[in-house]
Amino acid sequence: MRDAVNLRGNHALLTKANPLAKFVSVFLISLVLALSIDWVSASTALLAELAIFPLAGLTLRLLWQRAWPLIIAAAIGGWSTAIVAADSGAVVLDVGLWSISEGSLELGLGFMLRGLAIALPAILLMTCTDPTDLADALAQKAKLPHRFVLGSLAAMRLVGLMAEEWQTIGMARRARGVGSRGTPFQRIKATLGQSFGLLVQAVRRASRLAVTMEARGFGGGQRTWARESTYSMLDAWVLLGGAVIAAGAVLTAVGAGTWSFVWR
Amino acid sequence: MTTVNVKKASYNWRVVDIVVAALIAIAGGVIFWAWSQGAALVSIPMNATYPPLTGLIAGGWMIPAVLGMLIIRKPGAALFCEAVAATGELIMGSQYGTTVLISGVLQGLGAELIFAAFRYRKFNLPTALLAGAGAGLFCGLNDSFLPWGWNIAYEAVDKLAYITFTTISGAIIAGALSWVATRGLAKTGVLSSFASRKAASEPVFS
Amino acid sequence: MSATHSGTVRPAAITAEGWGWRHAGRAQAAVQGLDLRIEPGERVLLLGPSGAGKSTLLHALAGVLGDEEDDSDETGSLLIDGVAPREQRGRAGLMQQDPETQVVLSRVGDDVAFGAENLAVPREEIWERVHEALDDVGLRTAAGGGLALDHPTAALSGGQKQRLALAGILAMRPGLILLDEPTANLDPAGVLEVRDAVGRCLDKTGATLVVVEHRVSVWKDLVDRIVVLQPGSANAAGTGSVANGGVLLDGPPDQVLSEARTMLISAGVWVPGYVPATRQRRNEPPSAQLLLAAQDLAVSREKPRRKGFKTVPPVPVQTGITAQVRAGQALTITGPNGAGKSTFALTLAGLLAPVDGKVSAAVELSEGAGIDPYKWKAEQLISRIGTVFQEPEHQFVTGNVMDELMFGPKHLGHGEDRVDELLERLRLTHLVDANPYTLSGGEKRRLSVATVLAAHPKVLVLDEPTFGQDANTWAELASFLSELLDAGTAVVSVTHDQEFSAVLGGTELQMGPVQQGEATHQEAGAA
Ligand SMILES: Nc1ncnc2c1ncn2[C@@H]1O[C@H](COP(=O)(O)OP(=O)(O)OP(=O)(O)O)[C@@H](O)[C@H]1O
Ligand SMILES: Nc1ncnc2c1ncn2[C@@H]1O[C@H](COP(=O)(O)OP(=O)(O)OP(=O)(O)O)[C@@H](O)[C@H]1O
Ligand SMILES: [Mg+2]
Ligand SMILES: [Mg+2]
Repeated sequence: MRDAVNLRGNHALLTKANPLAKFVSVFLISLVLALSIDWVSASTALLAELAIFPLAGLTLRLLWQRAWPLIIAAAIGGWSTAIVAADSGAVVLDVGLWSISEGSLELGLGFMLRGLAIALPAILLMTCTDPTDLADALAQKAKLPHRFVLGSLAAMRLVGLMAEEWQTIGMARRARGVGSRGTPFQRIKATLGQSFGLLVQAVRRASRLAVTMEARGFGGGQRTWARESTYSMLDAWVLLGGAVIAAGAVLTAVGAGTWSFVWR
Repeated sequence: MTTVNVKKASYNWRVVDIVVAALIAIAGGVIFWAWSQGAALVSIPMNATYPPLTGLIAGGWMIPAVLGMLIIRKPGAALFCEAVAATGELIMGSQYGTTVLISGVLQGLGAELIFAAFRYRKFNLPTALLAGAGAGLFCGLNDSFLPWGWNIAYEAVDKLAYITFTTISGAIIAGALSWVATRGLAKTGVLSSFASRKAASEPVFS
Repeated sequence: MSATHSGTVRPAAITAEGWGWRHAGRAQAAVQGLDLRIEPGERVLLLGPSGAGKSTLLHALAGVLGDEEDDSDETGSLLIDGVAPREQRGRAGLMQQDPETQVVLSRVGDDVAFGAENLAVPREEIWERVHEALDDVGLRTAAGGGLALDHPTAALSGGQKQRLALAGILAMRPGLILLDEPTANLDPAGVLEVRDAVGRCLDKTGATLVVVEHRVSVWKDLVDRIVVLQPGSANAAGTGSVANGGVLLDGPPDQVLSEARTMLISAGVWVPGYVPATRQRRNEPPSAQLLLAAQDLAVSREKPRRKGFKTVPPVPVQTGITAQVRAGQALTITGPNGAGKSTFALTLAGLLAPVDGKVSAAVELSEGAGIDPYKWKAEQLISRIGTVFQEPEHQFVTGNVMDELMFGPKHLGHGEDRVDELLERLRLTHLVDANPYTLSGGEKRRLSVATVLAAHPKVLVLDEPTFGQDANTWAELASFLSELLDAGTAVVSVTHDQEFSAVLGGTELQMGPVQQGEATHQEAGAA
């Protein structure tokens, strides 16, 4: 939790693109992939995404280190689809509640790959995007209200602090005799108490932070921006790249005859 | 000279509303992250036996929507908090990719509509339960019927089961817990600058 | 706003006439009937007992106090250059106490620019101001860390954060600088750094200064006037017929300090050269029982991290620490900010797992619970080692003071009889029904000590127990601890406070800065 997927000191090419362009591009890919559950479109997009990794300063190793829970989650998603989806074709496994057929197995596999192909570009996006730059782009280019954008950004900075606070509260409560070990019921109770402690601290900190921001003149109607959010040629390439990957995924799947629209 | 200010609730968001709402959303994310480490113990057997059961723990994701509104009490609070929570999750790395933003906005909307139906005047337990259920319902619908939903390939009965579970979970985890938490927070005095400062002494049902 | 555009600073004048403020949800006013005039360019140190309304006044001057929506009340008038502070954001710059919430953005340059952006200063001028402000507070010299504009603000020490906050204020070019306990969290070197940075900036801009600080000696030479506030109505019990709120004393530092020395002392102000009287320790027993020992310890707050399927141990903040805790003896841990003092204390107290080396409890302490305190159950821990955290609020687990105190004994099934004595001793009896979170700073501290003591631990670990306390609470706490020591409890405390460790006596463990990674162990006489 303490280190978001974001990489400090990343100077890869894509860090220089406008966050908004990167976001639109990634969003496009995700939406198009979501339209079909098939392993061809998903693997095409996945391969293309892996090829772009170096441009974002990401390596497979780093990806695994930072994103292994997501990869496992995708696998579990595939499993649950395989056992819950409607059966078709020969039944591979049938034990009580579970029944996996060839059809549902293919669906599960396609689903898992699709999940990965949707999750990965988001990780790619956050790896090469600084939240501050994202906020600048959202306020200056997307014209979202700056008070809300900057207020959220400032709160976002406290995330790491909140995670530390969580740990500290846990220790402080142990020092009072509230164990986080024991029966599941005791644990749930302890977690709820700890969550409440964290909430109190969160509201306090946020109130103080709001005072700090107001004391620095924040909250008025007009403001200038020390750093301008700009578009460049690179952004055109980023958008084009997104469109090409999305289209490529659709075309290969249609060509291979595997494209299966989710709302058949 | 005594300035007698007319103190009435305003629908304008102050800086403190924005920052506290955003941090509640984020703290909600941190809590759920910690919670989900324990929840993994539950969710793996759930997934292994009957995956729609996971809907029962989905309510955790919707806490920011209800809690944010119960504290801030201004139009848009549910939507804003849930959207910020989703953005936070995206930054942290989400298994749903950028589509997590859509889910977030929809869940927030589910809760927001309930509060709006009460014209932002009622923040009692039933309203909180309904709002949680609304968020849970929208979460279930999103996951089951929209293209990016993880349960899109489920059979119809399983979808129905899942949606029922998320709705119940939303009402209990997001609705009831947030309501209890708001009362607790009000008692500690940290809500003194919000409309919810007296939440602890408000009647439960009216 | 016009002044901010011209780039030069116009010092501000303050006038308060019968000003008062009641906070939302409070029955009594925090400040009442305040009459005060501060001329442009004056430097004022604002004193007063805890709860006198110092912070309230600073917030009002910064224009951030209350608003139409909460049910607070204002009386009289408080003006900066004849205009209400709220109408002229940016005229005053406020530094709050908690360094964490002083930082708004995640890069040093952006954070300093934030205020100027909000005042709609043109872009080129913002960057000029940012560079100048960072230079002025000394963050760009090699000694100050030589920070680049894109240095992450999360990776700053407490002192650096305070100076960064100062730079952010300076970039707004305010005519009035308001500092609320700007150095309370810092080690002695950090305190001087911040004070000197403030001095330099004032010399350069001529802005008006109002600073609040419990410790007078640090600021005495920098200010040219001291104003002492009356205790607010909330705790005016001792002041008899005197009207609540308002100014008690006002004048040049030396005059105020000599004329009203006894009065300031009784109000709990840390007057230079005054150490509150505390209970004397009896002579320490020459060979006390060993209770707890740390051997070659390496500590970190971070847990081993999972990288893929591997687990990587964290990088320790301190290594090779060896220390012994003995019955009836004090162990004081000192060192600069960030040295790892708290981390070590938590490890010693069985709350954090050591990265390397070990913590072992003697049989007299463990009484059958095993040698490693980290493995003890929570109930076993509290009756053996009690830990008081730096932030009392972290430790509150119930909704009122009485439940809070009964919590430990109830879990243990004994010791409830001691609670009344603790309530009495730490002057909490009148608060038994209050919610712990709503107590004042001093009361919270006393309560957190009491809750831990209610479980009768043989070893007491305290993290910065005297931080932010006025002199009276300080003396009370120090006396109480010395009594516990004489009764055979071992007291381990982390502190920057030399007078405090002198009262407790015992051994001092000095931790070096993190880079050296070495702790030096030395005996300190009970001077
Ligand atoms: N936000 C708030 N809401 C309600 N009451 C408050 C608030 N802030 C301060 N008070 C109360 O107002 C009174 C004055 O508090 P203030 O913080 O101004 O005192 P102070 O002189 O700064 O004390 P200290 O030296 O302990 O910081 C206290 O009784 C305090 O409990
Ligand atoms: N929760 C945390 N997680 C990870 N690292 C932390 C955490 N808290 C502190 N640290 C780091 O560990 C180091 C030691 O911190 P610690 O709090 O022990 O220092 P300290 O000597 O007590 O300082 P201070 O005098 O400021 O209280 C610091 O460099 C700090 O940045
Ligand atoms: Mg104060
Ligand atoms: Mg410390």
